[in-house]
Amino acid sequence: METLKEKLVETESKASIKISGAEAVIRCLLEEGVDLIYGYPGGAIMPVYDELYKFRDQLHHVLTRHEQGATHAAQGYARVSGRVGVAMATSGPGATNLVTGIADAQIDSTPMVCITGQVPRHLLGTDAFQETDIIGISTPVTKWSYQVTKAADIPTALAKAFYIARSGRPGPVLIDITKNAQFEEFDFSYKKCTGIRSYKPKPVMDPAKVEEAAALINSAKKPYIVFGQGVILGKAEEELKTLIEKAGIPAASTVLGLSALPTEHPLHMGMVGMHGNYGPNLLTNECDVLIAIGMRFDDRVTGDLNTYAKQARVIHFEIDPAEVDKNVKTDVAVLGDVKETLQHLLPLVKENKHEAWCREFEEKHAIEYDKVIKNDLFPAKEKLTMGEVIEKINKRTGGDAVIVSDVGQHQMIACRYAKFNQTKSNVTSGGLGTMGFALPAAIGAKMGSPDREVVAIIGDGGYQMTIQELGTIFQTRVPVKIVVLNNDFLGMVRQWQQLFFDKRYASTELVNPDFITIAKGYHIPAKRVTGREELDGAIDEMIASEEAYFLEVCVEKEDNVFPMIPTGASVSDCRLE
Amino acid sequence: MNKTYTVSIYSENNIGLLSRISAIFLKRHINIESLTVSECEIEHVSRFVIVAAMDEDQVRKIVGQLEKQIEVIKAYYHTDEETIYQETALFKIKSDLLFDERQIQNIIKNSNANIVTVAREFFVIEKTGRRHETDALYDELAPFGIMQFVRSGRIAVSKAEMNISALLQEFQNA
Repeated sequence: METLKEKLVETESKASIKISGAEAVIRCLLEEGVDLIYGYPGGAIMPVYDELYKFRDQLHHVLTRHEQGATHAAQGYARVSGRVGVAMATSGPGATNLVTGIADAQIDSTPMVCITGQVPRHLLGTDAFQETDIIGISTPVTKWSYQVTKAADIPTALAKAFYIARSGRPGPVLIDITKNAQFEEFDFSYKKCTGIRSYKPKPVMDPAKVEEAAALINSAKKPYIVFGQGVILGKAEEELKTLIEKAGIPAASTVLGLSALPTEHPLHMGMVGMHGNYGPNLLTNECDVLIAIGMRFDDRVTGDLNTYAKQARVIHFEIDPAEVDKNVKTDVAVLGDVKETLQHLLPLVKENKHEAWCREFEEKHAIEYDKVIKNDLFPAKEKLTMGEVIEKINKRTGGDAVIVSDVGQHQMIACRYAKFNQTKSNVTSGGLGTMGFALPAAIGAKMGSPDREVVAIIGDGGYQMTIQELGTIFQTRVPVKIVVLNNDFLGMVRQWQQLFFDKRYASTELVNPDFITIAKGYHIPAKRVTGREELDGAIDEMIASEEAYFLEVCVEKEDNVFPMIPTGASVSDCRLE
Repeated sequence: MNKTYTVSIYSENNIGLLSRISAIFLKRHINIESLTVSECEIEHVSRFVIVAAMDEDQVRKIVGQLEKQIEVIKAYYHTDEETIYQETALFKIKSDLLFDERQIQNIIKNSNANIVTVAREFFVIEKTGRRHETDALYDELAPFGIMQFVRSGRIAVSKAEMNISALLQEFQNA
């Protein structure tokens, strides 16, 4: 690798020593401050695993039960800790099993480095045992990828991998290392990467744009902020809060933005999007200035673009220039690091209150409460609802827990109702919608924030996509709390079938196994709740448990998630029933 | 409205980048009409010239995605009017024809084509120009029989400046 294209700085261990490529991989990870990785061994990565054995006191390796689990665990770890998650696998099927997690990390901007073994260089292209072109396969879903075929390239490749994964808009990087490179010996020294000439992680802030944004905000009668995960990734939670409070602007979150602002903040009006809150969706088409901060106008957020916020002037605070005007045409694009741009904005924004405008959100909330929320959280019917389970967990944890949700109805219910007091508390697969994400992600989340309660909320469908990670929980004794909201259906698909496909329930009904027996097989304490009277006690027992705990709650089979913006409809057409 | 755009990409010369770049077009279901890669005026820097038909909104977004790639230094898009562009075509023709068919010599002369090589069995004509010019020559030669025909991708330079050296210098000085 050329070094004139990268800026590399020496770290502490300057003296070069002769070691194998495999040992170099471990030493590079240690240099990057990594002390925990997830993975699964196999032929082409065995030299590195052999070194892991030697370094087991410094670098903890968690053996997941499937490589996909390793990526999701690394994602969960990264999302709660803000550090780079690391996953390792062998060549061939080991590498292809990483792809779903990599794609998930790419679309949700999660910093992750994946290391794969590869067949020896002389066998490349021979269809050797467990050879697959993982660089080719992963190219469209990685921020960067590189194949290393000689040991001497390992330090530079890994230094760049970590720099790229964590800088700018974060994302996944894959480094594929041929087996011969793992065996080869070379003079090792490590230099951290601090720049790559063809890569600008952050656009330079244009103060004129910030001033333009401030003027627009100051003149607005009905300003409205929609914030996304960019606020969390950019560590700008305080700046966001100060802005909202100073200018008196109502704000709503995207799914991934949740927890950037405490749920109970009086100006936090809820969530936007397909199953977001009524006011935040409807009033998108009433505001005069829409301030988007660290979000990308995903189609699940905007609905029909032709009827999205057409009346509003749009300000977009964004780190990735390719996101500007991608889906929604902006009037003022403020490019740059969101913490920096918001800090520049704050003194320029006038103190203000928009009481009448905020009341409109409250009025809409009252309608939603009456039609939807009340029945979700405090149902009068016999069967349990998903909402009341989340509400009970809120009560018990006080909103301090990390909530890891899977994909489907339970996810939307968790995002709608979970209470978050602190940032980095909502871990879910937003962009890719990966069923099976939550169980392994919860393992990583707990390991990344061991002092916090981590509760995984999972549907009966997604749970069975990565259920084998119960083995990882059993082996590592990681005390995650697992709640399966069981409606014996692939609930979200069933809901669509009910609403848009004439109730033709094609392949959405599940005949489920005895989840309690399965949990017990892994020696995880488990309980099933079918009636309301047992729910409080079971959640108390689960939260009080010092070890992992599995709770199955049998809920109403055919409940629907509302509000709902049907696909392709306008945010103004947000349905309450 | 769809239009022909020339996308120019300055990048590091790294293995794998071609597939990363073509994947960006593939993901958006846009067909690449021609693609040429070569070293450019700066040592170790590659230049891609890609021609594709799309609307301006699409090409703007594609350039945004291209620039996001780690190894892409800078990408631009231009309309035909904003560039000077050429293609090269090679025609392989039976040698007998050169002597038997007087007309062929006139065609070559009038079209400003060059004879690159003459062998016992065949000769090769090279013609550089716009697409319609190589097409015209093809049409004229076709009745006599063409053994092989090949045309390069478009190469293009922009009328406006593309300030890559300054960008790279900026990095060195930062």
